Amino acid sequence: MLSIKDLHAEVDGKTILKGLSLEINAGEVHAIMGPNGSGKSTLGHVLSGRPGYEITGGSVEFMGKDIFEMETEERAHLGLFLAFQYPVEIPGVSNMEFLKAAVDAVRESRDEEAFDTVSFMRKAREACTAVDLDQAFLKRGVNEGFSGGEKKRNELMQMMLLEPKLCILDETDSGLDIDALQVVANGVNTMRAEDRAFLLVTHYQRLLDYIKPDFVHVLADGRIVKSGDKTLALELEEKGYGWLEDEVA
Amino acid sequence: MSQEQIDKAIAKDYAAGFTTDIESDTLPPGLTEDTIRFISAKKNEPEWLLEWRLEAFRVWLEMEVPEWAHVHYPEINFQEISYYSQPKSMEDRPQSLDEIDPELLATYEKLGIPLHEQEVLAGVAVDVVFDSVSVATTFREKLAEAGVLFCSISEAVHAYPDLVRKYLGSVVPRKDNFYAALNSAVFSDGSFVYIPKGVRCPMELSTYFRINEANTGQFERTLIVADEGSHVSYLEGCTAPMRDENQLHAAVVELVAMDDAEIKYSTVQNWYPGDAEGKGGIYNFVTKRGLAHTNAKISWTQVETGSAVTWKYPSCILRGDNSVGEFYSVALTNNMQQADTGTKMIHLGKNTRSTIISKGISAGKSSNAYRGLVRVGPAAKGARNYTQCDSLLIGDKCAAHTFPYIESKNPTGIVEHEATTSKVSDDQLYLCQQRGLDPEKAVSMIVNGFCKEVFKELPMEFAVEAGKLLEVSLEGSVG
Ligand SMILES: Nc1ncnc2c1ncn2[C@@H]1O[C@H](COP(=O)(O)OP(=O)(O)O)[C@@H](O)[C@H]1O
Ligand SMILES: [Mg+2]
Repeated sequence: MLSIKDLHAEVDGKTILKGLSLEINAGEVHAIMGPNGSGKSTLGHVLSGRPGYEITGGSVEFMGKDIFEMETEERAHLGLFLAFQYPVEIPGVSNMEFLKAAVDAVRESRDEEAFDTVSFMRKAREACTAVDLDQAFLKRGVNEGFSGGEKKRNELMQMMLLEPKLCILDETDSGLDIDALQVVANGVNTMRAEDRAFLLVTHYQRLLDYIKPDFVHVLADGRIVKSGDKTLALELEEKGYGWLEDEVA
Repeated sequence: MSQEQIDKAIAKDYAAGFTTDIESDTLPPGLTEDTIRFISAKKNEPEWLLEWRLEAFRVWLEMEVPEWAHVHYPEINFQEISYYSQPKSMEDRPQSLDEIDPELLATYEKLGIPLHEQEVLAGVAVDVVFDSVSVATTFREKLAEAGVLFCSISEAVHAYPDLVRKYLGSVVPRKDNFYAALNSAVFSDGSFVYIPKGVRCPMELSTYFRINEANTGQFERTLIVADEGSHVSYLEGCTAPMRDENQLHAAVVELVAMDDAEIKYSTVQNWYPGDAEGKGGIYNFVTKRGLAHTNAKISWTQVETGSAVTWKYPSCILRGDNSVGEFYSVALTNNMQQADTGTKMIHLGKNTRSTIISKGISAGKSSNAYRGLVRVGPAAKGARNYTQCDSLLIGDKCAAHTFPYIESKNPTGIVEHEATTSKVSDDQLYLCQQRGLDPEKAVSMIVNGFCKEVFKELPMEFAVEAGKLLEVSLEGSVG
C-alpha cells in the first residue's frame, strides 16, 4: 500500500529526512517511535503533501501511485489521512459543515454519490458517540475552543467518517488521560480492516498496550534506525533511545 | 439688431435645438441645465420636479468631489458622461447568448442562473415581457389587494404625486453630498414603494419583479415609505454579475419608517468589478439612508462583491424614541477592487438602539475599508450601540482598514465597539486539503463561516445564493 524508498526531505531549507525507507501493507499496523525532533511529524506532512515540505530524494508510492506530483487533496482522495499533532481551528465553520464538505469531496473524487443530509447527520452523530464527544461539538466551529483532548478525538471522528486507506496518527495519544486513550484505541481497533493500514506515531508504549502493532520502528535523525515487533517498544520504554543512537553512530 | 431681437433669436434657436433634441434617444455627453430640462421633459415631469432637479444641479455645481474615502481612481470628468439614453433597441442588442463574453456566461453557469434569465441579464434582445408578465400580474394583484403601492418612481411621479413630493429628498436632502446632489439633478429611474398603515406587505418586494424595469440607469433613485405600523422587506439587486455600459453609478435610496413601522432592506451588489487589473469596472457611489420614527425599525443588510470602487454607507436616523437601526454587511474585494463602506447610526430619540455587524473580506491586491459613525445626540437618553467589525484577509497583498467614529453627547449612551482582523492561514487551508477539499472550496467555506452572522439576516433563498456568489467572486484568490 505504501512504499517509501530512501526518502530525503527538507523543511525551509533544513534537511530533516535523510534516507528513510518503510514498507506498509494493507491490514498492517505500524508504530513509529523516536526522540523529539527526529522527524516523525515531518514524515507525516511529507506524505500528505504539506506546502513547504520539499522532497529532495527517494520515492514514495501510495496505492500504486507516485504521490509526489499530486496535490494534498488528491492524496486525501486516494485514501491518505493524517490526524494532526496540533489541529488548527477554523472559526465560524461548523464541524458538521466541515465534515460533510470533506466527505462529499472525497466521495465525489471516487464518483460516489453524496450522502443526503439526514443520513449523513446520523452517521456523524454515531461517530461523535464513538469518540465520546458530545453532539454539541458538531455545531461548534472546527476545533474552536476545543481542549487538547477534544481536538484529538475530533481528528479521530473525521477519520472514521472519511474511511481512509492509510491512517497516520501523529501523537494522537499525547496529552490524553487513560479514558481518552482507550477511546482512541477503540476507534482504531474497530477501524482495523484487511484493506486499511495504520501508521501510529507515538512516544508512549502504553498506547501499544491497547493497539497491538505488527511492527515497531525507531526513527532517529531522519532515518529508521531499528525495526522490530512490539517487544521493541517495551525495550525502548525501559532503556530510552540513547542506546540506539549510540548504535547508529 | 436690438437686444430684444437678439434675445428672441437666441431663444428661438434654443427652442428649435431643444425640440430636435427631444426626438433623439440619447443625449450627447455633458451636463448643463438644459440636460436636466431635457431629461425632465422626456419623462413628462411636472414643473415642481423640474425645479427640484434644477435646484439640486445648482447646489451640485458648488460642491466638491469628496476625497476623504480610502479609494483611489482617476478623476471623473462629469462633462464626458451622457446623462440620458433610451434602452438599446432590439436590433442593437446582442441577438443571442452566442455573442456574449464566454467568461460572463461561465459565471452565470456557476451561479445556476436559468437560460432565459441569463439572456435578460446579458442584455440579449429577448422579449423581456416573456413569462414575467404572468408572474408580475399575479404579483401586482396581490399587492393591490393589500393596498401596497409598488412601481417605478417615474410612474409614481404621475400616479402618486403627493406622496412623492412629500417624501422625495426628505431623508437625503439634495445638498447632502456631491453624489446625492448629482443624483437628484439627473436621476434616471428607480423604485417607489408605499405601505399603508398597519399593512404587512404580503411578499418580499424585489426590483426583479418590477415592471418597466428595463433601464433604471446609472442614477437610480428609490423611495420607500412605510406608514404607521406597517412592515416591508425589500430586495435590491441580484447575485448575477450585471453588465453595464455606464461606468459611473450614483444611486440614492431613501427609507421612511413611520411610528411602529419596520423596513428591511437587503442588497446584493454585484456590478462588474473590472478585469484582474481593475480595468473597466463600475464606480459605485451610493447614498442610502433611512429615517425611523417612534418605535420604528430599519434594517440594512448588504452583500457587496462587485464594482471596481464602492463608496457606500447605508445609514439610520433614529429620530423617534425607542427606534432601532441595524446594519449587517459583507463586503468582499478581490483583485484590484476598492471598497470604502460602512454605516452611520444617528441616535436622536430616547432609548434608541443600533447594531452594526460588518464583515470585510479582502483578497488579491484589493483594499477594503470599514467606516462607521455612531452619533448619540444630546436628547438620546439611554441610547445604545453595539458595533462588531471583523476583517478577514486572504493572501498578503490585500489590505483592510477600520475607521470607527464615535460622537456621544449624552452621558447615558452606551457605545460598544469590537474589531478583529484575521487571516485565512496556510495551516487552515492545509487542514482542509488534507481532508480532501480543494483550496478554493476551502476558502469559500471559511469565508462563508466568517459571514454567517450576516447571511442569516438575508431572506432564505438569497442567503444560499450569496454564499455561492462569494465562492465565485473569490475564484483565483488562492493557489
Ligand atoms: N518549519 C520548519 N522549519 C525548520 N525546521 C523545522 C520546521 N518544522 C520542523 N522543523 C525541524 O525539523 C525537525 C523534525 O521535526 P518533527 O518532524 O516535528 O519532529 P518530531 O515530530 O519527531 O518531534 C526538528 O528539528 C524541527 O525543529
Ligand atoms: Mg511531532
